Amino acid sequence: MAEVAALEHVEPASPGGPEVAGRSPWALAGRRLLRNRFAIGGLILLLVIIAISFAAPLYADHVAHTNPFENNLNGHTIVNGKRVALMQQGGGILHLGETPLGPTWDVHHYFLGADQNGRDVASRVLYGGRSSLEVGIGSALICCIIATVLALLAGFNGGLIDVVLSRLMDVIWAFPVILLAICVATVLLNAPDGVGVGPVRITATSLWLPTLIIAFIYLPYVYRPVRGQVLSVSEKEFVEAAIAQGASGSRLLFSEVLPNVITVVIVLFPLMIATTILTEATLSFLSIGVQPPNASWGTVISDGQQLLYTRPWVAIAPGILIVLTVLALNLLGDGVRDALDPRARLRIEG
Amino acid sequence: MAAFLIRRLLQLILVMFVISAVVFLIFFHTPGIDPTRQIAGRNPSAAAVKEIRHQFGLDRPLPVQYVLMMKKIFITRDLVSYSNQGQKIVPEIAQAAPATLSLVIGGAVIWVVMSIAMGMLAAVYKGTLIDPLLMILALIGISMPVFWVGEVANLVTQSRWHDTFLFHWVPPLGYTPFTQSPLTWFEGLVIPWITLSILYTGFYARVLRANLIEIQSEDYIRTARAKGLSERRVLLRHTLRTSMITFISLFGLDFGALVAGSALVTEVVFGIHGVGYLAWQSFGNLDLPTIMATVVYGSFFIVAANAIVDVAYAWLDPRIRPA
Repeated sequence: MAEVAALEHVEPASPGGPEVAGRSPWALAGRRLLRNRFAIGGLILLLVIIAISFAAPLYADHVAHTNPFENNLNGHTIVNGKRVALMQQGGGILHLGETPLGPTWDVHHYFLGADQNGRDVASRVLYGGRSSLEVGIGSALICCIIATVLALLAGFNGGLIDVVLSRLMDVIWAFPVILLAICVATVLLNAPDGVGVGPVRITATSLWLPTLIIAFIYLPYVYRPVRGQVLSVSEKEFVEAAIAQGASGSRLLFSEVLPNVITVVIVLFPLMIATTILTEATLSFLSIGVQPPNASWGTVISDGQQLLYTRPWVAIAPGILIVLTVLALNLLGDGVRDALDPRARLRIEG
Repeated sequence: MAAFLIRRLLQLILVMFVISAVVFLIFFHTPGIDPTRQIAGRNPSAAAVKEIRHQFGLDRPLPVQYVLMMKKIFITRDLVSYSNQGQKIVPEIAQAAPATLSLVIGGAVIWVVMSIAMGMLAAVYKGTLIDPLLMILALIGISMPVFWVGEVANLVTQSRWHDTFLFHWVPPLGYTPFTQSPLTWFEGLVIPWITLSILYTGFYARVLRANLIEIQSEDYIRTARAKGLSERRVLLRHTLRTSMITFISLFGLDFGALVAGSALVTEVVFGIHGVGYLAWQSFGNLDLPTIMATVVYGSFFIVAANAIVDVAYAWLDPRIRPA
């Protein structure tokens, strides 16, 4: 942690220092990032979680031999060499009704136990991680790309485009984020045959729906800092110099402005993923995010709520993975910010 | 100050108009989606569809529809739920409001106190082990989903350790009105308050620490030390006082936007029958009139709360008034 504390106050790359002469700002930032043990630790943790989540089908098919999307109320499994029913009679608080099997801690046989439909929780958590990461990373990516394009258009052209786009973003900004997501999600989920424009149709159970909704609600949170940076970069001397040299509009945009703006987006990106993953989990927990048959960390926690006192691992396990993922992203994000050091700040949504 | 107040009030009205108009457009004019079927719920009868079209004036021009809807929500307050035997929604929201306010205000008190303590300790003990430890705690705090923290808290305080001396005082889940029993009200809210405040404690503690350290290198702090003031006095009267400006402005900026989602899930997890719980109940059966009304009232409350913080901020810091 001492490194993090120290790095927060690293001076911006001192130009012309004897040791650093001849390196590009990108190489310097990369070196600073590599030296930050917490950021690299976060990156490795994140990659491990991504790898095991995307290995979900491999685990379900070849290790656990279950289908985590099919009810299996009458199923059996092997615990300590004995055949055990997945749904046990009378295991509840009042010794009534059925209680699913608890964790066996055996990766081949219901490692984390079963849920109330007799499905393998461990496989569902892995598949859920895949959905959560796809929605989280996908929406952060879409949000950053669209917001950056709009911010470049607005900031670089100015005039009417700027006024219209900025007012539109103000409208989204005025909303408490989660309430806007709730409005959009409930209306779209209620559409019987999905939503779509022209030939593109998105059904209510598609992962694209939460991805696009979350990307949409966070647009102004990326648009505003990027547009601000575009405006400030456009007034710098090197842009004036390029104009004086007769550079075309597209050359100004892509060679002069964009490279100086993209650092803001890079700093925001990991923090944005952390935010979108938490938002997806919240929406899914409230049943208006990822829809069945897909699972996500949020929906598994929601399933586990009913089993909380008897089979707590159903709710605890996906939560631990969310915490680790978001923590890894925050560590990485802090490291990237310290390495690139623009004055970017993001509002974080829980 | 009067000019500032008037300008802030106009801005407040504009934002409220924009929010209500956007909510109206999302619910009634999302392309390709028939609002009558949405409001009537699944498989409505032909008579119900006709009734709704008439009630909401969906055959009238757009601005008239908007005005009619706002009238139903704010003036006649007779918007009815379609999944709950035609129950009137607005009185229900009014009834649920005290629970939500108790939760949010109590949580805010805790996170303000805790984050100031944590941020200050971390800044004062910078360079020792205490600072990185506190900051790791803050980072873990902002990485945890609020609803999951709530579930773990329930597991510990309601089930696993409920019978030990630590948590035997925790009443069963739910909300007891203050007027009914102040003690049960308080005991029932302690765990939800802590749950809600963990995220913001971490967030504000990080910002405050960075801000305090930045201020410590200012000239006037060196001057204060040179005058021979005690470290405590420098910290409390010079450093912390200046950081409070950033702290309060951040509070105004983030409070509403952030708290809505967390308060909602906290109510759901702890079974507190507030406005968020009301909205959540209507997600399951997609009861759109209830969702619409809770969102409009919730946003209006948040926007108004933000405006009040802004006014308080302007009162504290004269520099921002003419802006």
